[in-house]
Amino acid sequence: MLQGYLRADGRKGVRNVLVVAYLVECAHHVAREIAAPFRGEGVHLIGFPGCYPNAYALGMMEKLCTHPNVGAALLVSLGCEGFDKRRLARAIEASGRPVHTTGIQDTGGTRRTIAAGREWIERTLPDIARQQPVPMGIDELTVGTICGGSDATSGLTANPAMGVAFDLLIADGAKTIFEETGELIGMEHLMAARAANPALGDELKRSVAKAATYYATLGYASFAPGNADGGLTTIEEKSLGAYAKSGQSTIDGIVKPGIAPPRKGLYLLDVVPDGEVRFGFPNINDNAEIAELIACGSQVILFSTGRGSVVGSAIAPVIKVCANPDTFKRMEDDMDVDAGRILEGRATLPEVGREIYDLVQRVGSGEPTKSETLGHQEFILTYKSFEPLGPACLPV
Amino acid sequence: MASSDRPAPAVMRLSPADNVAVALRPLKAGESVMLDDVAITIGRNIAVGHKLAARTIEKGEIILKYSCPIGTATYRIAAGEYVHTHNVASNYLPTYTLPR
Repeated sequence: MLQGYLRADGRKGVRNVLVVAYLVECAHHVAREIAAPFRGEGVHLIGFPGCYPNAYALGMMEKLCTHPNVGAALLVSLGCEGFDKRRLARAIEASGRPVHTTGIQDTGGTRRTIAAGREWIERTLPDIARQQPVPMGIDELTVGTICGGSDATSGLTANPAMGVAFDLLIADGAKTIFEETGELIGMEHLMAARAANPALGDELKRSVAKAATYYATLGYASFAPGNADGGLTTIEEKSLGAYAKSGQSTIDGIVKPGIAPPRKGLYLLDVVPDGEVRFGFPNINDNAEIAELIACGSQVILFSTGRGSVVGSAIAPVIKVCANPDTFKRMEDDMDVDAGRILEGRATLPEVGREIYDLVQRVGSGEPTKSETLGHQEFILTYKSFEPLGPACLPV
Repeated sequence: MASSDRPAPAVMRLSPADNVAVALRPLKAGESVMLDDVAITIGRNIAVGHKLAARTIEKGEIILKYSCPIGTATYRIAAGEYVHTHNVASNYLPTYTLPR
């Protein structure tokens, strides 16, 4: 049994975070200074840098500020930016969470706004700390999975082991999300064969074709030079490894950023914008995807790495599963699970899968991950545009 | 762990249909390794997880790993030779690497 914080909408969080959110880059410094004295006290910094309004960014911020892991939100505005701060504040207030908006221009500049923001946090932290965790089932958990800094070992050890963990979580009634259609290029036919029905299979193929077109327009695949140094030759080969994260279960649907899976099972998160190529690369780095997995309701993130990524995230704990035994030896302090043991013959795939499944439950009961302990709280949100989900994406 | 006369395998073919195998430990140029009871000679040093040809692969042949197509051979590749970006191309999007 896990331990969670019950929210007014009935969902439960595995953390009780106060987020400080800047609503334009011009307010970033002030927001960071407001949060700085509360390091290690569950105060996380998030934000959106753009000055121009964007429906995707507004929707993401609403989902993040009302995420089950979040207990309260402080919004930091410059005052003249295009972000609809009133709508965001109303959404947070309607969710039953303490929320306060501080405007730098109205408050009288940097120093006064920092003082006012810190004062609000000092008053609010004890309020949200009074909430006691309650028992929580695995069927109340949404888990997202991502790989970053992949190499040729990722697809042999960590990714299939996370797939085993996904199958176990789904059997217990959890909602699970895998992602990055740009890193599923070449896997579309295999994926379609696992769809809950043929219409969803067609949508899965369409989402990958969209990603291939998008990346082709931009000139690069979702493939870093380090992937090739690590032995991955083509995007198809990287995809083959990435795809193993999804396990063996039936694929129950497709979601887009901010849309929560409606019921238990396995869902693909389509992260590639719809329409013409407009704002650049779909996901400029791993944290952009992690933020989207969290906005879909993920309370815990599974992150596999072969080359050795160190990132964590604001709002949700990130469990690092290290695929490469040499990387684990070099970077053990950053890694929660040593999946490279599979390559060395010291553990089997089902054993490591079970270890990840057990760790998800401990982290879901409050045990900190390595990246949390080290203070990692990376966050990034940029411009995108999406059309609504097609009717075949979420079969009943 | 039961003792065994056979050394730990150095390479593994992930699926019987595959024309490439992966290195389970660093492989040295010129060394001989067993793959499915056939000895093959390693062409050059190969790092853990990287690929080698499990048999002769003709130019234009699809590379299969875990029974999945991962690209097309751009040259003829002899058994035991290193298989990577210098002799395989994507069928979707080109692979980007930094200049050496």
